[in-house]
Amino acid sequence: MKARVFVTLKPGVLDPQGKAIHHALEGLGFEGVNDVRAGKLIELELADGTSDDAIADMCRKLLANTVIENFKIERAA
Amino acid sequence: MSSAVIVFPGSNCDRDLATAIKLVTGKAPAMVWHRDPDLPEGTDFIAVPGGFSYGDYLRSGAMAARSPIMRAVADAAGKGTPVLGICNGFQVLTEAGLLPGALMRNAGLHFVCRTVGLKVDNSQSIFTSAYQSAEDMAVPVAHHDGNFQADAETLDRLEGDGRVAFRYTEAVNGSARNIAGILNAQGNVLGMMPHPERVVEDAHGGTDGRRLFEGLLEAVA
Repeated sequence: MKARVFVTLKPGVLDPQGKAIHHALEGLGFEGVNDVRAGKLIELELADGTSDDAIADMCRKLLANTVIENFKIERAA
Repeated sequence: MSSAVIVFPGSNCDRDLATAIKLVTGKAPAMVWHRDPDLPEGTDFIAVPGGFSYGDYLRSGAMAARSPIMRAVADAAGKGTPVLGICNGFQVLTEAGLLPGALMRNAGLHFVCRTVGLKVDNSQSIFTSAYQSAEDMAVPVAHHDGNFQADAETLDRLEGDGRVAFRYTEAVNGSARNIAGILNAQGNVLGMMPHPERVVEDAHGGTDGRRLFEGLLEAVA
């Protein structure tokens, strides 16, 4: 089975990288972009039956830094 | 004083740090590989060096913070052994949960490599006792992820409890409240982005970092 972990900065945490991407989009002439936040996607190939709790534990212990980041787990078939 | 310098794959300031420690304490530190499960018996001081451990994969310091030796470092820190993390070492200590907050990408997105102004915020700690309070220092920085961030409550607590050891006196990387170095609640763990080990003898063009090691030697001995 596969799972996808989305790691994003918590609301309110400054994101210099997102800001730079935002400026670059404006520089290319794209209008109407109000804000950009950059995050990470981590794809996990897991043994069948791996529990949600186990994946959340991986996120808390390594994949995300919960001081500044949130994570969201999405299971794929 | 018996010191240990932790070495990760990608550390690159470990030998500078060892040279500075030997210069001040008269004894070369043990160089401890990240896979070792234990510190040498009788280690009085642990230093976590700068560099790019594990190529900054995932987050700066994230992989190194989970390596076997860090359990021994956390145990020793819990028992009061002084631990100093410089640059990547600071990132490792926050990722390991030994210090609060996180070090994010510099606000200007550039790698900053120059000598910056610092002010001693707390001269009462075991690391800063050889400095005067509010003393100005000039110490080099060299980092891409030095932007210290924590929630307002944590920042208030750090300031209220005298746990800000050093502040920048100029804009460097966007750090909250210009924080350059912080202490843990017990005062025996210091993390800082500037490199005191790079200014310990006249040939370096400055010696403002030397008294950090001298003060520590006095506190431990």
